[in-house]
Amino acid sequence: MISVRRIGAGFGALALSAFAAAPAFAQAAAAAPTVNKGDTAWMMTSSLLVLMMIVPGLALFYGGLARTKNMLSVMTQVGAVAALTMLVWVGWGYAEAFGDGGGEYIASFSKALLHGVSPTTTAATFTTGVALPEYVFVCFQMTFAAITVALVLGSVVERMKFSAVMVFAVLWLTIVYFPIAHMVWASNGKFFTKGALDYAGGTVVHINSGVSALVACLILGKRIGYPKEPMPPHSLTMTGIGTGLLWVGWFGFNAGSALEANGAAGLAMINTFVATASAGLAWMLTERVTGHKGSALGFCSGIIAGLVAVTPAAGNSGPLGAIVLGAVASVVCFFAVTKLKPKLGYDDALDTFGIHGIGGMIGAMGTGIVYSAALGGPSPDGWSMGHQLWVQAQTVGTTILWAAVGTAVSIYAAKLATGLRVSPDVEREGLDLGEHGERAYNM
Amino acid sequence: MKLVIAIIKPFKLDEVRDALAAIGVQGMTVSEVRGFGRQKGQTEIYRGAEYTMTMVPKMKLEIAVPAGLVPAVVETVQHTARTGQIGDGKLFVLDLEQVLRIRTGETNDEAL
Repeated sequence: MISVRRIGAGFGALALSAFAAAPAFAQAAAAAPTVNKGDTAWMMTSSLLVLMMIVPGLALFYGGLARTKNMLSVMTQVGAVAALTMLVWVGWGYAEAFGDGGGEYIASFSKALLHGVSPTTTAATFTTGVALPEYVFVCFQMTFAAITVALVLGSVVERMKFSAVMVFAVLWLTIVYFPIAHMVWASNGKFFTKGALDYAGGTVVHINSGVSALVACLILGKRIGYPKEPMPPHSLTMTGIGTGLLWVGWFGFNAGSALEANGAAGLAMINTFVATASAGLAWMLTERVTGHKGSALGFCSGIIAGLVAVTPAAGNSGPLGAIVLGAVASVVCFFAVTKLKPKLGYDDALDTFGIHGIGGMIGAMGTGIVYSAALGGPSPDGWSMGHQLWVQAQTVGTTILWAAVGTAVSIYAAKLATGLRVSPDVEREGLDLGEHGERAYNM
Repeated sequence: MKLVIAIIKPFKLDEVRDALAAIGVQGMTVSEVRGFGRQKGQTEIYRGAEYTMTMVPKMKLEIAVPAGLVPAVVETVQHTARTGQIGDGKLFVLDLEQVLRIRTGETNDEAL
């Protein structure tokens, strides 16, 4: 048996302490784990749902927000970094994040090139004695890495070279994503052992991608003409389709993070419905309250903010807590995107920091609150909210710092290798023609 | 022969087309255009970024007719395209020098 643990840490800590107290359980744990076909089918499905979030979900969501002349470049960058991540994942990503041994920051690289993984090896789930085929676990986690690096690109579109994007992706995955995934999710990871709660990737995926996006766009600089020239989204229809695909796919992301087809997955599922619903409406209400019309893009933005916020809380909250969390995150993200960004003047083109970064932080801290049994969450007896919030804050703080430094290193290295930014002429003409020799719409 | 160019509100297109067909207009060319006149543009807001759109979408109708039909065309367009609100559009009448039907080679009034 290969012991791979990827745990919404509350469950993990709970389970481990229960074993210590009950010798009968410990004996059961020693028996060979069995693979359940229902769980396996659900996890294979979840992996594909997360892939659908990337292509075409995120590609359309981001592409619609860009200008006509950059539509293909956005879609191509999203798709190409996802593809690249899959290769890197097999090469050393899985080994670095979830391989055997290693320390609290990264695993040992003994599973590089998936060495030792076979159809008969397994990965642990949250239930003692129930395991997943390791290949399925490898695929599921692979899609998480792929979407996270694609999310980062939202802040740098319309001006970053395709070659720079590819170089950046490889470096960023290696020095930022894999270590943070290990710290939060691997059984010997730094935050996992402290009991940090991150059900499906609020820190690993969203704070990580959001902060990285901010740092990347600060180094890269603004688009020519920003913020003086109008740069409205070229197709909110595409963005709307992308939003729908992301929402549907997110059930693989959140409910899939239960690693089994069971009640915990059901809890994550209902929360992914209702937190998102409340967030979509909350954004539109905030628009009305601040004197504007409730907008389609506002609805889509709220949906994403809610999905981001409920990600760490999916299996760590009751439905009512999730509804409140979604609404709060949506309102805070609204102000981050519409007030904070113009005030500070950075060009986070598609608001990756404003929604994933800020929403991720609200979600990570909020999870430390809604986890409470008093608020309908699944916290065990003797759980301390104060202590949990302290652990959450440490995790968030370290992730922010790690992502910021790692991104700066990756971006400057990509700059050395490729020049980073397209020429002003290419930027004005559009990256579709300049970088790919194609036009999105020949009409 | 005259060429009537009418700039109208997009949602009035079908109404104008039907009314013109009823008075014997045989054809027209329609394009989606943008422009500005006395009507102010509208404000659009995307995630808090406000853009004032100074160009307003309109429909441009090009209608070539025998000179005798011009008063009826002008009257019909004015009657059907009018809402009474600012932005109803404009109408231009130009002299038409030559017309040719490509398929048959017919010219001028015969080609209209």
